[in-house]
Amino acid sequence: MSARPILEVEQLSKSFGGVRALNRVSFELKENELLGVIGPNGSGKTTLVNLITRFVRPSSGKVRFMGRPIQHLSAHKIVRLGIARTFQMVRPFYQLPAYKNMIVPLYSPRVQGLLGGRYGDRSAVALDLLEEVGFERDAFVAYKVAGALPQGYLKRLELAKAIALQPQLIILDELFSGLSLAEVASIVPIIEKLRQQGKSIIMIEHRLKELFRIADRVIVMNYGEKIADGPSQVVMESEAVKNAYLGTE
Amino acid sequence: MPTQKRRERIDRGIKARAEDVFVLSSWREMLYLAAPRLVPLAGLLLLPLVLGIYWQKVLLSVAVFGLLAISWDILAQTGMVSLGQGLFFGMGAYCAGVLNHYWGLPVLVTLPAATLLGGLICTLLLLPVLRLRGIYFSMVTLILPLMLVRVIEATKIFGGTEGLSGMTPFASAWMELYLVVGVLLACLFGFRRMMGSDYGLVLKAINDNDRSVTNAGLNIYWFKAQALFMASAMGAFAGAFMTHVYMFVGMPVFALDYSILPIAAAVVGGPGSLAGATLGACILVPLSEVLRGIGGLRIVFYGLFLVVFIVVLPEGIFHYIQRKYHQSERWVEVEQ
Repeated sequence: MSARPILEVEQLSKSFGGVRALNRVSFELKENELLGVIGPNGSGKTTLVNLITRFVRPSSGKVRFMGRPIQHLSAHKIVRLGIARTFQMVRPFYQLPAYKNMIVPLYSPRVQGLLGGRYGDRSAVALDLLEEVGFERDAFVAYKVAGALPQGYLKRLELAKAIALQPQLIILDELFSGLSLAEVASIVPIIEKLRQQGKSIIMIEHRLKELFRIADRVIVMNYGEKIADGPSQVVMESEAVKNAYLGTE
Repeated sequence: MPTQKRRERIDRGIKARAEDVFVLSSWREMLYLAAPRLVPLAGLLLLPLVLGIYWQKVLLSVAVFGLLAISWDILAQTGMVSLGQGLFFGMGAYCAGVLNHYWGLPVLVTLPAATLLGGLICTLLLLPVLRLRGIYFSMVTLILPLMLVRVIEATKIFGGTEGLSGMTPFASAWMELYLVVGVLLACLFGFRRMMGSDYGLVLKAINDNDRSVTNAGLNIYWFKAQALFMASAMGAFAGAFMTHVYMFVGMPVFALDYSILPIAAAVVGGPGSLAGATLGACILVPLSEVLRGIGGLRIVFYGLFLVVFIVVLPEGIFHYIQRKYHQSERWVEVEQ
């Protein structure tokens, strides 16, 4: 497989005061690849995502998306180029019904631009998208205020908001955390479907079993550095990973 | 064992029916939908005809503070709590004053020009602090009008402490009253519609969770700047209008009254709704006039009224009325 890289991260670093949160991390993501990012708490996974999506300004390093340098662009412009992300702590608009939450991404210039002009009736599109991620249409959950929804639905809503942007690259930050096994099992097919549509995906996860089942490749982070990179099986067996992630016996 | 009860609220049948297409088959249901719009519309348009000259002036004041309260509420709904509507008011007032006093431009030109110019200047002044959130943004809005007063005092520009006088008045008292009431109604219904649209939803979403809006590829600062321009232009219109009513503009236009009363109006009327803000102005301004009769203790009673209202009806009068209009309530026993 020699697909061209959709995302290239080069020597990306970030320091918060004296703390080095991310130290010269480099990796490539090929088109239609599913990359898992794992590592203990505080190892810099979310910082990595925040730097790529420019929610946090990198101290140094380069990020290229489809060959174009993006590390100097502001967060909303990066989204417009086609990188969508979800947040580890869900960020819904709590006062709005679930389907109205979807209006905001559907209002995005990216979606309007892709479809040419106005995006029809946004509420109808919103309901379709929510149905795709498992909001049963006849159960009226989509009409409930986001503040009243259980965690499982909020995670799905977060995913739907990212899908609504029709991105080429989706970054899922701990999508599975706080979900039951059954809920995870129901979301996995949605992710697989996204891959069939040709999307590239980066998944930050603590739920290793589920991740290894679907990821092509995994990188392992520890203390802000990348300590392993390779196919799931190889990475799982590596000594460095066992030491860092599981601790030595 | 004492039985516990809770209040149950149910939408009235007529509300459910009126939201359906069949509403057109019944006058009663059509009236149910139209009444909340027709009553304020007819009320504000007919009041000038029945009021005496003194109360006409009070109505004029209601409309001006109503505009400032709507302007405050648009900002608040977008996540910017302003403590300085006086900045918008004063900027509009001085723009109109300068255009009329130095260049002799007629009212028909100064009003729209001061509205746009005042709105633009205020937006540019606040543009650098749009990144500030919460109380930090509020502090800047509070300080700016107080600072401008000192600038005018120290540099003696635009008449200094004396102010500028001899502005062109409106052609007639009727014209000035209907102009401001008309603008108030247009702003109330127009911006209410805007806040209910998808665009308004994005503005409200910025208040709710700005990072999530950024994550949708939307530039929150551009949207905030737009909301700021709309709000400040509205405040600037109110100021420009009053310059021609008083035929004078001076330092008092930046007074704290113009910043605080609109907030009180929006809070008493019902924050988060432009109709509530207008309703609040319709209650507070006349109340202040009625209390004038009791002399020195006026401000005490006024303050007490505010406190009682906020404690008894924290949701605001408008939301209370809206709920009573759309829902019936009954006490039901709680199943143990």
